[in-house]
Amino acid sequence: MTATLPAPGVPDLPEVKTGAVEPESTMWTSRLRRAWLRKLPPDKLLPDRQPAYVASWIYVFGVLTMAAFLVIIVSGLGLAFAGPAWYHTSSLGRLTNSLHFWSVQLFFVFMVIHLWGKFWMAAWRGRRAMTWITGAVAFLASIGTAFTGYLVQTNFDSQWISFEAKDGLNAVGIGAFFNVTNLGMMLLLHACLLPLVVGVIVVWHVLLVRRRGVVPPIDAVENAATPGDPAISTQDQGTSVRP
Amino acid sequence: MTTHTRDRGKAQDIAAREWQGPWRRYDIVKEGVIAVVVVSILTVLLAAVFSSPDEPQLTFQGWATSAPDNFYATAVQELAGTSESTGYGPPYNTAADGISVGGIAPQQWFGVTHPVDGANDFVITPLRSQQQSAEVTTALAAWDAASADQQTAWATGYDTALTDGGGDATAVVTGDYGPVPVLAKGLTDLAAAGALDGILISQGGFYQTDFTKQILFLGDGSYLDDAATAAHLQGNTWGMMNETGSYPGQAWLWLYSFWYQIPLFNSDNPDDYLTSHADAIIFYVMAVLSIGLVLVPFIPGVRSLPRWIPIHRVIWRHYYASQRKVS
Repeated sequence: MTATLPAPGVPDLPEVKTGAVEPESTMWTSRLRRAWLRKLPPDKLLPDRQPAYVASWIYVFGVLTMAAFLVIIVSGLGLAFAGPAWYHTSSLGRLTNSLHFWSVQLFFVFMVIHLWGKFWMAAWRGRRAMTWITGAVAFLASIGTAFTGYLVQTNFDSQWISFEAKDGLNAVGIGAFFNVTNLGMMLLLHACLLPLVVGVIVVWHVLLVRRRGVVPPIDAVENAATPGDPAISTQDQGTSVRP
Repeated sequence: MTTHTRDRGKAQDIAAREWQGPWRRYDIVKEGVIAVVVVSILTVLLAAVFSSPDEPQLTFQGWATSAPDNFYATAVQELAGTSESTGYGPPYNTAADGISVGGIAPQQWFGVTHPVDGANDFVITPLRSQQQSAEVTTALAAWDAASADQQTAWATGYDTALTDGGGDATAVVTGDYGPVPVLAKGLTDLAAAGALDGILISQGGFYQTDFTKQILFLGDGSYLDDAATAAHLQGNTWGMMNETGSYPGQAWLWLYSFWYQIPLFNSDNPDDYLTSHADAIIFYVMAVLSIGLVLVPFIPGVRSLPRWIPIHRVIWRHYYASQRKVS
């Protein structure tokens, strides 16, 4: 079926086919969509089942880390809109700062437990090295982000931390362009650039987790006798999309 | 190939492909929503019960009123070029070479990117920016008229005499110190009146977001250092990961802070090589360890630790228990 009736006053245009574009289209958009669906189909991106061995409280700490990150972003937005000195004089500001402070503490507690858990699970096995790498980089980037946060408190703590931290950074040349005593620079890095960096790495990390799946136990055996959900049989595997 | 190696290879294959064993229901969206709700409630509770640390910032007025002798002596050191900041080197000035480890001195690579002139930035320019008494005005004129060598001779002579007098300006032996005592006294009075805080913030302009000069000047005296000691924030007492009050600090910096507790990097003799180069060496050590953390999957031995220390047996205890029943 084709569209053959041009609008009045509109010059004739090349015919445009309606309906779906053929599956093997060479359009960049089609190629990107196909590649995305091949690597990360919907049932992998938002799965409603997991291997039966995914049954431990250690698995909770990854999602708790992301939940804490969300609270950090929301409370940080509150502080960003009112400025770095607001919380010194406003009770609402103090509460917002406290939410930001404690969500950061929780974020690191959850993240460190998650990291240790993944280490003892050797979670890099089975082509999951990049998943580990993005997680470790997210941890290091989070430390840098938190550090800049401590520098923009505009109180005694930030005075002391910037005075002390400058020596280590100057000693290795970084202080020449990363000046911890420059409040404006630290504020922009903390509120704009670094959260974006952490956010992008975390999204990358999560997509890798979804793509590769949760790593099986060390020396695992795919034994159907392992207790699973009776409603989901191992035969269902045949219908799933392979990575 | 041994049976053990074959088994391990098989396990690697299992890890690399989609799981063929049993599955269970798992509502990932519900889990995420519950996590956000639980963490939000926990954060609100912690914030409501414990609030957050906010020790008021130190000011030059507070320094000059609570420790006027130290402020006065620091002003003299700025004029003499004997303060920490005036002798720092890059990126603030060229008074020193900075730290070099193994012949590598990155501190010099980028030169002076944040120029700081202690005498002019901290003393002369602030005094000149305000209307002064006749005595201070005369002292400023005398300072301006003198050669650089004469200025240095006056200031260093007075700095030495003041140190010899235990920091007591009334105990300084008579000598030719030029306008230095008057300038230092004038700056102390300016700071005590609260004017110096505003002068240093504006730095001759309207907008200002760079506090490099204020922080350096504040750190040249003992006021900031004493306050940090009282708050247990010194680097050699795990201060890097401490927080003011009784709040948790940057506990995630424990390993960085750990190196500063080792006597090798924390010697009583500040001239010891490792102690005097601690800032650079510890940074390099942490950089290597950080890279190591990122590359754990590729480091022989380290990547095998989870297999040798069977904590995974606890994590996946239900799975292994079920396997034992099968076998």
